[in-house]
Amino acid sequence: MSAPLRVVAAMSGGVDSAVAAARAKDAGHDVTGIHLALSRNPKSYRSGARGCCTIEDANDARRAADLIGIPFYVWDLSDRFHEDVVEDFLDEYAAGRTPNPCLRCNEKIKFAAVLERAQALGFDAVVTGHYARLEPTPEGIPALHRADDLAKDQSYVLGVLTAEQLAGALFPLGDTTKDKVREEAERRGLTVAHKPDSHDICFISDGDTGGWLAEKLGDRAPNEGGPIVDGTTGEELGRHEGTYRYTIGQRRGLRLGRPAPDGKPRFVLDIEPVSGTVTVGPREALTVDRLTADRIRWCGPPLTGPLEGTVQLRAHGAEHRARVGVDGALLHVDLRDPADGIAPGQAVVVYDGTRVVGSATIVETGRG
Amino acid sequence: MEAVYLDHAATTPMVPEAIAALTEQLTRTGNASSLHAAGRAARRVVEESRERIAAVLGAHPGEVVFTSGGTEADNLALKGLFWRARAADPRRTRVLVSAIEHHAVLDPALWLAEHEHAQVELLPVDTDGRLRIDALAEALAADPGSVAVVSVMAANNEVGTLQPVAEVVELARAQQIPVHVDAVQAAGHRAIDFAGCGADALTVTGHKLGGPYGVGALLLRRGLDATALLHGGGQERDVRSGTLDPPAIAAFAAALVLAEERRTHETARLEALRTRLVDGILARVPDARVNGDPDPAGRLPHIAHLSFPGCEGDSLLMLLDAQQIACSTGSACSAGVPQASHVLLAMGREEDEARSSLRFSLGHTSTGADIDRVLAEIVPVVERARAAGALSAARRSLR
Repeated sequence: MSAPLRVVAAMSGGVDSAVAAARAKDAGHDVTGIHLALSRNPKSYRSGARGCCTIEDANDARRAADLIGIPFYVWDLSDRFHEDVVEDFLDEYAAGRTPNPCLRCNEKIKFAAVLERAQALGFDAVVTGHYARLEPTPEGIPALHRADDLAKDQSYVLGVLTAEQLAGALFPLGDTTKDKVREEAERRGLTVAHKPDSHDICFISDGDTGGWLAEKLGDRAPNEGGPIVDGTTGEELGRHEGTYRYTIGQRRGLRLGRPAPDGKPRFVLDIEPVSGTVTVGPREALTVDRLTADRIRWCGPPLTGPLEGTVQLRAHGAEHRARVGVDGALLHVDLRDPADGIAPGQAVVVYDGTRVVGSATIVETGRG
Repeated sequence: MEAVYLDHAATTPMVPEAIAALTEQLTRTGNASSLHAAGRAARRVVEESRERIAAVLGAHPGEVVFTSGGTEADNLALKGLFWRARAADPRRTRVLVSAIEHHAVLDPALWLAEHEHAQVELLPVDTDGRLRIDALAEALAADPGSVAVVSVMAANNEVGTLQPVAEVVELARAQQIPVHVDAVQAAGHRAIDFAGCGADALTVTGHKLGGPYGVGALLLRRGLDATALLHGGGQERDVRSGTLDPPAIAAFAAALVLAEERRTHETARLEALRTRLVDGILARVPDARVNGDPDPAGRLPHIAHLSFPGCEGDSLLMLLDAQQIACSTGSACSAGVPQASHVLLAMGREEDEARSSLRFSLGHTSTGADIDRVLAEIVPVVERARAAGALSAARRSLR
């Protein structure tokens, strides 16, 4: 076992972070549980499987800490979360992109604001319930790897962490399946053993992203509507109420009223925020095999030459074989396995085997 | 390592005499409202306790209305006196309270504003945390016939500053306006003379003075019947319903009597300990600042409230807790998230300063060794908290 550390365990009130905290304690670390208050106006109760920031969740986390036998505090990070995650999410949509706020939260909150505060207060690391593994390189530097349970692997949302951030992280669940974690929680008497998994975006409590954006974007909305255009013929097929309500690859909710001439479903192919144009077309037209991305974050040593590896393009998305190269501040990805429905703003996470090399934010896609 | 408990203002350990009274009564059966011998025995315990409590507090036994504690008593006073006053005269809809009241007073007042069209005025305090009596005089003079109730605490629970209750009563009485005094934090540490002070209602609770949780009382002047909040058997003057709790009431009385017997001696002892604590902290952390009335005679003897510039109170609390020293930031939590103290904000402090505070509160189990432990730990704790605080300060300056 590694030397005992003083760690804070970020406890959302869910089963994963509770078991992670318990395992850190079993490993001999000096563990303090913290619940991050991220919402400025927390709701009293969870509704369905969304969110992790209700008072009920904070109480669940507190009870788990009691049972594990560790001290517990609530840390108010609502202002930081609002500025760095919620506002960033809105800015991205305002610019016509499709962001993933979970990556931003890991980059800016859990392994930045929380880690920095913890270190200033005398702690060594932050423990979370993410499914991912940290394996030391021959030089003894922790490298991020996919979890053993590939169905649950969350290395994608951690692909924004630098080596320095990873050095202050512990992921005790990387070698375990979710079923085993639930069994273990039950064995440990944790009341959250059967709590449903959380999905979707925690700060949009009803899951209606379009409605939430309509309310929050206000004047920042890039447009309040525009044409829905056939990508092949250029014909206007209908109108929409704001490009931010659409994402590339979307099929449902287009309400075009009439089918395509070939009777096949139509998908959103492109979104043009300035003109407010949403372009639709057949599924085949969604396929891309080239990506360009910026905002590169290396999880370890930067790539020095082209890499024949794999990439993942969305949380729990498929793995695509790819050739990855760096050109200044840009990452160029040639997909050996083409991908569908890729939108600017999404993160591309690069893997060498199971190891996460780094990530970048997609700015452009293409094919051929 | 021995745990150090310096949060007696939140709750203080029960005194052995109260535990004895409680456990003795727990072995008995009898509803104090029943007519048989067992019921009469229970009633006798309640009434003897009521007489003892009334005697200590300078009240008539009939003026003691037992409640489930301070919050219920405060709610009964604010809402009950508001409704009573308004029923008698529909023009009386103003509620005047100091801005530094406990949430058990502030929140019922704000609830009345939201649901009963009350006009709530939060009266300002000076930089020591004392009600500005001129502001009350002005608010009353503006339209005395429209005021339903005035509520001012005997001493503030966060910074300990004593409030000018006698002057409040004098002003309000001249206009026949009822005055409620929340004495939850003062009781046991200050002499309370309900009849002498002229207040119409006064709140006390058991667990702050060595008694059990879940029992308290509203002293309510004879003939002034607040509108009831809890309806049922009408056990307490028809102002409060609910089966009486003889064990808790007996223990409450035992604790209050004992606190009064020991008060003079205990006040001197706690003041000496507090002086050692405050002087010791100031010697080690020279830029720390003591909040509340600088004159010890103007503060409760057991509370030391300090600001530590550059630190967050939450960090200080957590780091001291890790050394098994229990204290408080003094402020309430809202939805589990610590808030900047409304008391410090009302005293004119900036939000950062309000968030940088700690309250140490002493009590009957406190010793010199407790003070030594705090003084031994405070410097590294403040240094750490300052390092964490520097992060958020650096971030703010970037904006």
